[in-house]
Amino acid sequence: MEKVLMKGNEALAEAAIRAGCKCFFGYPITPQTELSEYLSKQMPKRGGVFLQAESEVAAINMVLGGAATGTRVMTSSSSPGISLKSEGISYIAGSDVPCLIVNVERGGPGLGSIQPSQQDYWQATKGLGHGDFRLIILAPNSVQEVVNLVVRAFDLGEKYRMPVMLLSDGLLGQMMEPVEFPEISDKQADKSSWAATGTKMEREHHIVNSLYIEANDLEEQVVKRYEKYAKIEETESDAELYLCDDAEIVVTAFGATSRIVKSAVNKARAEGIKVGMFRPITLWPFPKKQLLDATKNAKNVLSVEMNMGQMVDDVKLALDCKLPVAFFGRTGGVIPTPNEVLAEIKKLNGGVQ
Amino acid sequence: MTYEILLAGFGGQGVLFAGKLLAYCALFENKEISWLPSYGPEMRGGKCNCSVCISDEPIGSPKVMEPDLLIALNGPSFDAFVPTVKKGGKVFADSSLIDAPCTRDDIDYFMVPATQLADDNDLLKGSNIILLGKLLGETGLFSMDTVRKALEKNTPAKRAHTIDNNMRALGIGAAYECK
Amino acid sequence: MAVVFERPKSLCDVRLHYCAGCTHGIIHRLVAEVIDEMGIEGTTVGVCPVGCSVFAYNYFNCDMIEAPHGRAPAVATGVKRARPDLNVFTYQGDGDLAAIGTAETVHAATRGENIAIIFVNNGTYGMTGGQMAPTTLPGQVTTTSPYGRNPKTAGYPVHVCEMLSTLDGVALATRTAVDTVPHIRETKKMIRKAFENQRDGKGFSIVEVLSTCPSNWGLTPKECIKRLQEECMPYYPLGVYKDVDTNVANAELLKMGGAI
Repeated sequence: MEKVLMKGNEALAEAAIRAGCKCFFGYPITPQTELSEYLSKQMPKRGGVFLQAESEVAAINMVLGGAATGTRVMTSSSSPGISLKSEGISYIAGSDVPCLIVNVERGGPGLGSIQPSQQDYWQATKGLGHGDFRLIILAPNSVQEVVNLVVRAFDLGEKYRMPVMLLSDGLLGQMMEPVEFPEISDKQADKSSWAATGTKMEREHHIVNSLYIEANDLEEQVVKRYEKYAKIEETESDAELYLCDDAEIVVTAFGATSRIVKSAVNKARAEGIKVGMFRPITLWPFPKKQLLDATKNAKNVLSVEMNMGQMVDDVKLALDCKLPVAFFGRTGGVIPTPNEVLAEIKKLNGGVQ
Repeated sequence: MTYEILLAGFGGQGVLFAGKLLAYCALFENKEISWLPSYGPEMRGGKCNCSVCISDEPIGSPKVMEPDLLIALNGPSFDAFVPTVKKGGKVFADSSLIDAPCTRDDIDYFMVPATQLADDNDLLKGSNIILLGKLLGETGLFSMDTVRKALEKNTPAKRAHTIDNNMRALGIGAAYECK
Repeated sequence: MAVVFERPKSLCDVRLHYCAGCTHGIIHRLVAEVIDEMGIEGTTVGVCPVGCSVFAYNYFNCDMIEAPHGRAPAVATGVKRARPDLNVFTYQGDGDLAAIGTAETVHAATRGENIAIIFVNNGTYGMTGGQMAPTTLPGQVTTTSPYGRNPKTAGYPVHVCEMLSTLDGVALATRTAVDTVPHIRETKKMIRKAFENQRDGKGFSIVEVLSTCPSNWGLTPKECIKRLQEECMPYYPLGVYKDVDTNVANAELLKMGGAI
């Protein structure tokens, strides 16, 4: 397969089409623009639907409708737009329908900035709407991984009948890298037991619904969903470990920040510092076992994020406070530099000696 | 070999396009590449820069903080980014628009009157490509054949006539002798 | 013995939860009869609102989706765009459609989304206990307009069909009622037209049905019908506000109001 140069946003869109996504419902927002523009051009030519809704609220509810028919559908937005979508995301989770939601994060709160950020970690992993529910959250760190994870996102969503979020950011969305598109099987999960596709007078009617008027019924549904979540935590968590085997300092980072951290780790290794990087690819489920493995020889952990410290909570929880966990972050759309991260690593290295 | 390249100027000067040509050249030569634009709310006239990393190794941070090579298309970019250039690095700047002194002695300056050369040679808005030509001439990073392929890849059919002009601009840049 | 009256097949054999004297039951039946008569139950997907008719998914025998409050037209859009072969309708009340869901309604209409909307207007939020709705009449007492709706502070009621009739994407915008047998017949005719418009790809159709709420109006069903005729109909004249087939979009024609 020939490699092509593509922006993260465009590669994501192309991967979605190749993965069999038939409908895109969205609303314009920077920095996810290229994604919807690409789909607006390609979908009509390739048998799909592109629809620009009147709001993010409408867009996510169109996703609910499309997904309820068992069709592969998606939406994309950036941070403020995801806040608006959270109502619909809760309903989608409560209705057990699969779909792909993309967040190309920017700075917040409020209108914030349009530069890259990772300020929506908490929102994505813990608070995408009201109620007890989870989304599988995938966080790529290269354009190629964006492509690979889009395909995985659709498959996981259908396997577990739940929405999946791909958490990208302005940096990944805007950067171009060489990418190749894998052969993608058009096999999709069988949705005939629940999708609203018309009864054809051959079966009982299907009801796609999140309302349970009896508290016991709702509890039963939620508990069943949590059993599913437990299985996902068991089997679907994923992480990259970089030079962790002998690492006395492990730097944790996800998404675009891990690129900067990797540069810093390489610089530190060149100076003889035993440092490695742990990168969760699934933010939920958080790869706890992999983190324990990555830190087996560590004396210090440093979480580097483009926010004021969000994933660091999960790092601490996974480590059960057995190792000191430091934090370094830049926020508001400012990207940390490898030298800044290197300085933090050196601080910890000094501390150990 | 790793090159971290920063191209900077005003929006509309072709900063991103010149960066894209470098990225495609690298693609054709099977290098690892990243191309990252800065972006702001303005479509035209705002500050604009573009980071291009070319390497044999996977690329870490795609944002170039300390460039090996800098192309500066206007005064503000020259002032802002020359101090960040790595020791031993090279600066390619449009002396038609930049009046600042070259004060660092640990880097090489290539001051090319690119806007003037573009005007003289009927190459409207060609200053970016002229400076790129000079960069390629000095570094030997990619052959003109590779650049032509990159141009062909990035020029829509209805603008195919611009390919020869751009090749001419590259040649003019490469051949210019700096004082 | 010959069967002269039976439950439409598109209605489930279950007991409806609606209050005695509520007109939802009649309107459900009309929708189900139309689906039966057109033979489209197996290819129809309905979208329920939030409000009194939230449980309509338990009553209609076709596949059903429950939408967030006000978002039924967006959900229906998603269904129809993903599966244009399906017949898609929403069943919404006035709070759902004309307050929280105004944007979704107006934009589905202006896009000419090829769906049918059954809009039940009884001028109150029934399920939450009779609060002021966007369609509550000036002066009307509700639990959140205890001194009567004062337009100076609470604004004026929304005339949904009149508003939507100005949009190019609308194929049919009509207001009917279920207070008398002729009006019930006319309502069914209009619901059928809305489904036929969808079948024929004509675009967005809305049938606004003036309805009553004995529980929250604090009146007997019979008094409700009287109030509907004497107070509501003059404010919300019945009639066809837009019909692409007959090109009725002219305010003059609406003056026939009240009697269709």
